[in-house]
Amino acid sequence: MRILTGNDLKSGAVTWWTGQDWSLYVEDAADVSGSEEEIARREEAARRVNAPYAIDAERHEGRPRPSHIKDRIRALGPTVRPDLTLKPTETDIGTWVI
Amino acid sequence: MYLYDQYDQQMVDARVEEFRDQARRRLDGKLTEDQFKPLRLMNGLYLQLHAYMLRVAIPYGTLNSRQMHALADIADKYDRGYGHFTTRQNIQYNWIKLEEAAELLADLAKVEMHAIQTSGNCIRNISSDHFAGAAADELVDPRPYAELLRQWSSFHPEFSYLPRKFKIAVIASDTDRAAMRLHDIGIQIVEQDGELGAAFYVGGGMGRTPMIAPCIKAFVPLDRLVTYSEAILRVYNRYGRRDNKYKARIKILVHEMGKDDFTQAVDDEFARMLDEGIEPPFAELERIRTFFEDPLFETDASEDIDRSDPDFALWVDRNTVAHKASGYVSAVISLKPVGGIPGDATSEQMRLMADLAKDYSFDELRVMHTQNIVLPHVRKADLHALWTALDEAGLGSPNLDTIEDIIACPGLDYCSLANARSIPVAQKISERFAANGKTEALGKLKLKISGCINACGHHHAGHIGILGVDKKGVENYQLLLGGSEAEDVSLAKITGPGFDEAGIVNAVETAADVYLREREKGERFLDTYRRIGMAPFKEALYG
Amino acid sequence: MDDLATENDRLIRYREDEAVDHAAVTVDSFLDQSSASAVRVEPGDDARELIPHLGRLALVEVNFPAFGDGRGYSSARLLREAGYEGELRAVGDVLVDQVAYMRRCGFDAFDPDAPLDADDLEAAFSRWPEVYQAAADSRTPIWTKRHA
Repeated sequence: MRILTGNDLKSGAVTWWTGQDWSLYVEDAADVSGSEEEIARREEAARRVNAPYAIDAERHEGRPRPSHIKDRIRALGPTVRPDLTLKPTETDIGTWVI
Repeated sequence: MYLYDQYDQQMVDARVEEFRDQARRRLDGKLTEDQFKPLRLMNGLYLQLHAYMLRVAIPYGTLNSRQMHALADIADKYDRGYGHFTTRQNIQYNWIKLEEAAELLADLAKVEMHAIQTSGNCIRNISSDHFAGAAADELVDPRPYAELLRQWSSFHPEFSYLPRKFKIAVIASDTDRAAMRLHDIGIQIVEQDGELGAAFYVGGGMGRTPMIAPCIKAFVPLDRLVTYSEAILRVYNRYGRRDNKYKARIKILVHEMGKDDFTQAVDDEFARMLDEGIEPPFAELERIRTFFEDPLFETDASEDIDRSDPDFALWVDRNTVAHKASGYVSAVISLKPVGGIPGDATSEQMRLMADLAKDYSFDELRVMHTQNIVLPHVRKADLHALWTALDEAGLGSPNLDTIEDIIACPGLDYCSLANARSIPVAQKISERFAANGKTEALGKLKLKISGCINACGHHHAGHIGILGVDKKGVENYQLLLGGSEAEDVSLAKITGPGFDEAGIVNAVETAADVYLREREKGERFLDTYRRIGMAPFKEALYG
Repeated sequence: MDDLATENDRLIRYREDEAVDHAAVTVDSFLDQSSASAVRVEPGDDARELIPHLGRLALVEVNFPAFGDGRGYSSARLLREAGYEGELRAVGDVLVDQVAYMRRCGFDAFDPDAPLDADDLEAAFSRWPEVYQAAADSRTPIWTKRHA
């Protein structure tokens, strides 16, 4: 599947297109195959997202998981600072990233 | 250290207002991201892997305790309570909001700091010797010349859209502690027939095509320093390649033109510029020098150090450096705790370092390109009190210039350009050597890790270098040997096929063991490598 | 901007004289023929080739096909250094955040692809109270003022 990501213009936070809106959580991402450019153009023009681009992802336990390690680190946060990631209490999250 | 006058303050304040306006226009949709990007970059604001990142300039790595306190306050107010000291003697914050960035810059301006030209295709923050003004071996303090060039290069109307970024380093000692010859321009202040002048090295750099800068002019008089720099920049701005960003640095131009033709082009431009009134009045250099006069060192400071505590004695041996004034040393605060993140400091640690600088080092700190902090002027009599305070805060690691003192770029944990993570490799290597007890035996060994070929972690210049690459979506690490950023500058060579994360840690230990087996008396790792060559290392690694 | 003569709604001039009313020719054709008084300098052109002919030039357009290509700043400045006093016009992808530096390099007219907002333009030119370094304008650098 293809999922769309970008950054929130004001805060810079990594966001994912859910089909209706932008979420901080990659698990909410919708498959945008075929319409990625159109959505990206429209959302960027409306300044609801900054510098959007689509990436490859697979379904993992029913939820989107980016195919490349860079996008997984981007989705979660720095592996060397688990306290600053989106899931600071999930101790086995490293296996999801690596 | 240098203090702003009304002019400097006006310029920085104007820049804050300019950026405030630009950010507003971006948020209002009057600027596209393409148009805004070079503007935010020239104010140090990147869009990084997780968020906006701000790089704050620390000119020639020098700051006072008030400024370090401000950096700590910014970490708490605008970020997540920490900052990252970089190989450009700067500090980066990883989680900045665009809507707050102008306010942050205004806070910086209150303590005579800024983020001007810390990114973008312009002349970047100028780096220098972190022991400037303290080193026993320097000719003069190089920082007045760096400050003069800072003013010249700030908001330069002709050189703000160069083919690529442009980095300048200034030193004034035969010992090179600033990787001078790996800069676009490296300047060494030298003496000739009793006169001071500048030797210009042009076209060095790391990145994907590492090159060592050749000397294009052995002596430029100090009253031509700015004009000669301007001539170099104009030749570069006009003729540097713009068709390929990977060939756009001045090193490629110097290489393709050849050193002699390049030098001739600069000399021709210089001759034309001589009557253009570019050079500042010499009185300006003399004014700047007054800010860098020696603090009032005690003339009878004691040379004695009570070494009865072995942990303290080890720290003194490893982390203090000879000072030009008797009874003083420069003390290095390691930001490389075993298993830690190289160069990161919490706001609490920053405040402690600031307070210790005030108490023990004439209110001055330096950022090293090796991502540590220097207190440049410490009385030997104060060392024990200083060490005790540092040790309690986890800042007392006795590992300067050892294999645990690793340079590492932020890598894939933070950087959108990276191909592999750097920090976890650094953590595992420092843990390995702290556990196996070989750090002491290995002595001076510079280990440098980059997470991609842009080489922010200086892997080309490591006695041992590590380069992270992406091998079909999996992190992979190449090992390099034989680099140096110092006066014995050389570029490291790749040993062979890369390793996975566990494999690279083992490979570093294997290379270290070859050295321990082969070394002759007095040799550093680098010396042994240069004597015996790559073959024995390859044999041990891949044989 | 009452004092600005305009021939199209984007052209901004900071000169008193009449704007040249014929099209600029390329550097190559300018050097080949002697009648033109307006020339357009592209980023890859060597503006120094014009120096022997400055006396018959009334307009030099310096083209910025992309705002990030800064060669035109040097072209402008070296023409001013060589004594050129005619109109020096920045054309192409010229953005409001660049015009202050362009003026410092000797440009006195702008013909941007996209019109510039009048308020933003005013702000850009009044932004900098001082300048650090000498350039092609007449502004006195800070370091000269410090020791005046």
